[in-house]
Amino acid sequence: MTLEFFLGHVNYWLFIVLMMTGFYIVVSRGNYVKKIVGLNIFQVAVFMLYISIGKVTGGTAPIFPTNSQGKIKIDPEIVYSNPLPHVLILTAIVVGIATTSLGLALIIRIREEYDTIEEDDILEIEAAMAQAENDEHGSAMGGRA
Amino acid sequence: MATAVEVHHTALTLRDHLPILQILIPFCTAPLIVFLGYRSLAWPMAFISSLLSLIIATMLLIQVSDGSYISYHLGGWAPPVGIEYRVDAANAFVLFLISATATVVLPFALSSVAHEIPCKNHALFYACFMLCVTGLMGVVITGDAFNVFVFLEISSLSTYVLVSQGSYRDKRALTAAYDYLIMGTIGATFFVIGIGLLYMTTGTLNMADMADRLVGQGGNRTVQAAFAFIVVGMGLKVAIYPLHLWLPSAYTYAPSAVTTFLAATATKAAIYVVLRFMFTVFQPDFVFDTHILVWIIGPLALLAMFAASLIAIFQTDFKRMLAYSSIAQIGYMMLGIAMFSVTGLTATMVHLFNHGITKAVLFMAVGALVLRAGSTFYDRIEGMGRAMPLTGAAIVIGGLSLIGVPGTAGFISKWMLVQAAFEGGYWWLALIIVASSLLAVLYVWRVVEVLYLHTPHPDATHTEAPLLMIVPMWIAALACLYFGLDTRFILDAASTAADGLMAGSAGMSEISSAAAAAADH
Repeated sequence: MTLEFFLGHVNYWLFIVLMMTGFYIVVSRGNYVKKIVGLNIFQVAVFMLYISIGKVTGGTAPIFPTNSQGKIKIDPEIVYSNPLPHVLILTAIVVGIATTSLGLALIIRIREEYDTIEEDDILEIEAAMAQAENDEHGSAMGGRA
Repeated sequence: MATAVEVHHTALTLRDHLPILQILIPFCTAPLIVFLGYRSLAWPMAFISSLLSLIIATMLLIQVSDGSYISYHLGGWAPPVGIEYRVDAANAFVLFLISATATVVLPFALSSVAHEIPCKNHALFYACFMLCVTGLMGVVITGDAFNVFVFLEISSLSTYVLVSQGSYRDKRALTAAYDYLIMGTIGATFFVIGIGLLYMTTGTLNMADMADRLVGQGGNRTVQAAFAFIVVGMGLKVAIYPLHLWLPSAYTYAPSAVTTFLAATATKAAIYVVLRFMFTVFQPDFVFDTHILVWIIGPLALLAMFAASLIAIFQTDFKRMLAYSSIAQIGYMMLGIAMFSVTGLTATMVHLFNHGITKAVLFMAVGALVLRAGSTFYDRIEGMGRAMPLTGAAIVIGGLSLIGVPGTAGFISKWMLVQAAFEGGYWWLALIIVASSLLAVLYVWRVVEVLYLHTPHPDATHTEAPLLMIVPMWIAALACLYFGLDTRFILDAASTAADGLMAGSAGMSEISSAAAAAADH
């Protein structure tokens, strides 16, 4: 693996670093808001992958030049970047926003019901609820609730 | 040339537009419900729209039942540049399952939702329900890889909302929805990374075109990585055994109507996507070369069949028990894929359908029990089989189908699976399938015992469920019996679908020659 190879793919390395950072935050953090932030970083990393794919060496912005009458003048000499990944990522950004806002809305409701957004505390509360159910319904039936 | 293309794509009758109407009808119903905002109008609109979807799905299924396919070009843009909806035997079958389930579940939902969700949310609930239907059908019908992701997220986002609506009965629905959101989004993002890597290699998003360009690319590391990302990402949505953690809580705490719909359709649509990518986009040879089917999916499927069934036996909540049983049943479907033969795939397709209707019966019965007994813990539903004879009988039919007793739908799929095992020379696998069915006998028997042999709980209401719940429940229960006795329709449709899938991208040549012609111009 030469230095050239490494530098030439620098946005792909950054994509991997960013993706794993986000993923690690989702897995390791107990705070629900922090988890959502991690999920966001994870999703944004993918945007970077797609935009990197769209880059064509020496390519310019994919807008056809027009002449003075406003007619499109296509010059086969000009190399354009691939616009399709950008369009796809616009959709993915919308999806990301929807996911984030829904996640945050759920956190607000969780805060109202549990009075905390720390996973450890919530698991404790839920364990207590399961224990209570077990005492009420489970023991008579010889199993756990 | 432009005029020639236009003439070619001019759809003269409504019939030509069926594939897009399938999606548009529920999709437009959702915002209409919200804008009109009348609670009393929400349900009728949702019901009419799902009934129309069912009619369209049936027409599509009849059109493609001879093994042909319909290619619909969105906006008249020919694939591979434009988005294509491609209906063949495999996805027409799943479309039928989804729209039929929606149509059957909605009448049931009317009284169940009224009982479990506050009035002010009803209009929005039905809007979300229609969005979920749209998303699931879109995932199944589309022939464009990125479109799958978009529809997947439409269905997932609305599913998280629907699950969280259970919070009015139990606040744990909120954390269940949150966990599902985190895991579902990770799964969808993995999937979209996989699509990105495929786009990187092939430069196209049309699945058929992608398949043609992937021929001979089996050794390409990027393609292998893409395959891994897609299978793991969709595996999260399917709830393949070690990726199933979101499922038990989401099914247990979601409102009964939502659980019924999700259990019968959501995981099934995801399994369809896995099948579509494994067998159409990546050629069967490629999948087989990587040994992923035999050495990863096979053992995991067996593990699911036993571990999840064992957990199900020790549950004391009927609804939670059914959730674990679903994970075990997904194991059967994955086993059919892992056996890698037409019979195995047929078994998967048949089980996909049969398990859908079986779980629909059982979860609707759960909804009826929640309405009358307050909850579904075994000590609360004691003796309810005698107080609610029709619901009890439906549970027995559903339970028998879950076990796979001859005469019920569940038997047919297990029979196909055993047959596939013998065909592949894995006679021991047949024994394992029978052994895991015995575990199902245990957990189903516990419910039947509680329902019929115990004295009723004093706090419960001892009347039969309302007619609006009984009728859909019995439509599904009779379907369980009907498809267990008359197997022609289901086996024909499933084996046509399996044949099409095993043939890989055969039948896509028309598209690629059209693409080549377009490239020449």
